[in-house]
Amino acid sequence: MDDWTTLGYLASAVLFILGLKRLSRPRTAVRGNQFGATGMLIAIVVTLTDNAILGFEWIIAGLVLGTAVGAVLAVRVQMTAMPELVALFNGFGGGASVLVAAASYLEAADLAADTPRLSAAAGLAALIGAVTFTGSLIAFGKLQESLRWSGFKGMQVVSVAGVAAAVVFGVLMVADAGNPLWIWLMVAVAAVLGVLVVSPIGGADMPVVIALLNSLSGMAAVAAGFVLDNSLLIIAGSLVGASGLILTQIMCVAMNRSLLAVMFSPAPSGAGGPSADDVYAGKVRSTSADDVAMLLEAAERVAIVPGYGLAVAQAQHAVRDLARRLEDRGARVVFGIHPVAGRMPGHMNVLLAEAEIGYEQLVEMDDINPTFEQTDVTIVLGANDVVNPIARTDPSSPIAGMPILDVDKSGVVVVIKRSLSPGFAGIPNPLFAADNSMMLFGDGREAVVSITKALQQI
Amino acid sequence: MDLLIAVTLFVLAVFLGVELITKVPPTLHTPLMSGSNAISGITIVGALVAAGADHSTFTAVLGFAAVTLAMINVVGGFLVTHRMLGMFGPKRRRDTPAQDRAASSAEGAGDR
Repeated sequence: MDDWTTLGYLASAVLFILGLKRLSRPRTAVRGNQFGATGMLIAIVVTLTDNAILGFEWIIAGLVLGTAVGAVLAVRVQMTAMPELVALFNGFGGGASVLVAAASYLEAADLAADTPRLSAAAGLAALIGAVTFTGSLIAFGKLQESLRWSGFKGMQVVSVAGVAAAVVFGVLMVADAGNPLWIWLMVAVAAVLGVLVVSPIGGADMPVVIALLNSLSGMAAVAAGFVLDNSLLIIAGSLVGASGLILTQIMCVAMNRSLLAVMFSPAPSGAGGPSADDVYAGKVRSTSADDVAMLLEAAERVAIVPGYGLAVAQAQHAVRDLARRLEDRGARVVFGIHPVAGRMPGHMNVLLAEAEIGYEQLVEMDDINPTFEQTDVTIVLGANDVVNPIARTDPSSPIAGMPILDVDKSGVVVVIKRSLSPGFAGIPNPLFAADNSMMLFGDGREAVVSITKALQQI
Repeated sequence: MDLLIAVTLFVLAVFLGVELITKVPPTLHTPLMSGSNAISGITIVGALVAAGADHSTFTAVLGFAAVTLAMINVVGGFLVTHRMLGMFGPKRRRDTPAQDRAASSAEGAGDR
């Protein structure tokens, strides 16, 4: 690697840093993303002029194919499918790191140029990268709801055995470095581990998994950087690894669960608490779109709290129309966003932004909670556990201590939902039976559309 | 590169990443994730060398697959982030001063 290459890599690293910094401010985010892309372009061009590259056929083929597939995916994806796409991209990044590590390891072994350090780093890259790859594919399948398999009994024992095997193969990669068998065994066992670890996790825990896989895809690049002795891979990978870890942490705090709890005791059971019949019997009030419209007609402050149901029903545009109509009537409308609403960090924000709702109308949990008492009507749309007041009151509940949106403190709560079925935590929600609550049963989008129509006729 | 220097770079970059990302408003969590994900496609650098090193056909094929995967990650990641960010932003149809004031205070809370 000559000095120009090193300087080019330095420029890329600086652009990545500036890009990430700008990505964290709404006003500068677009520029930040462009900085990142420019950094990447510089890195690619600088690498292509490197002396180590002798033939360009495979490179050009890969660049063209990858660009085409990536561009098509990026342009055609629906905003509701964003979590799936990000999961898929995470996986591809991890997969690429595995292949890079394998290629350099095999080449070094052929040339007898391998060192214990290179072998160990290749082992790590293969392990992290393959876990990221298959884990992301499983997450992708789960998010698409095409995959419902959540593992088998005794899976954790198999996982532990898998981790032990990975350690053994890692040691063998160093001790018996000339033998290509070990790295492939490492890749195989890591691939199985990725499946085993992600399979049992589902539903509302997905934001944590996606954030973690994001972090791992960065760490895989770091490991590949140690294999190649490449400072840019180490720096860029670490930045991504750190940002993914922070998002993971934010998601865990927002659910009041530790990362270990999410990964190893998934799907909290609703057993032990009051049954749905006890909570709901005779106390649930069902309402109609016309009645909700009457309520809204008189409301001055309206809050809308969306959950994953908004994405499922593709209701973001219908909600925008309702909000605009209310604003035309002089009401103030805000959206209360729980950090783990949806299937990935920021999922609701993206959907509402797609419907051209400005980010200044999207209010974070800590900022909106004190305002619910002055809110006349709160509409809960496809959210459940994140508005369950039992998190505040019942210490034995599976969601005890989880920060929630205090919608029950507003004047009237209208819950739009298909049925009284429980959310991810599997527990009944006393909010639905509260004196100031009413249920509007039905599809989220259709319900909102009929409310808007009814408002027009008043 | 000396191993200790590499480890130093790694540790410092992790700290830098933590400092850079800590104060991101939730609105930007998804674009941040897809944007940083695109940056993790930096493996492309290693993939290009593997694909072009002309060592053996097998390693070249591995390199080709790596270039393809990394490039999907890079191009798709930056493009989709750009698309998403294009939808964000203050969008108001009309100027209602009361709303503006409330809006800027809510935004300020998320912004800092």
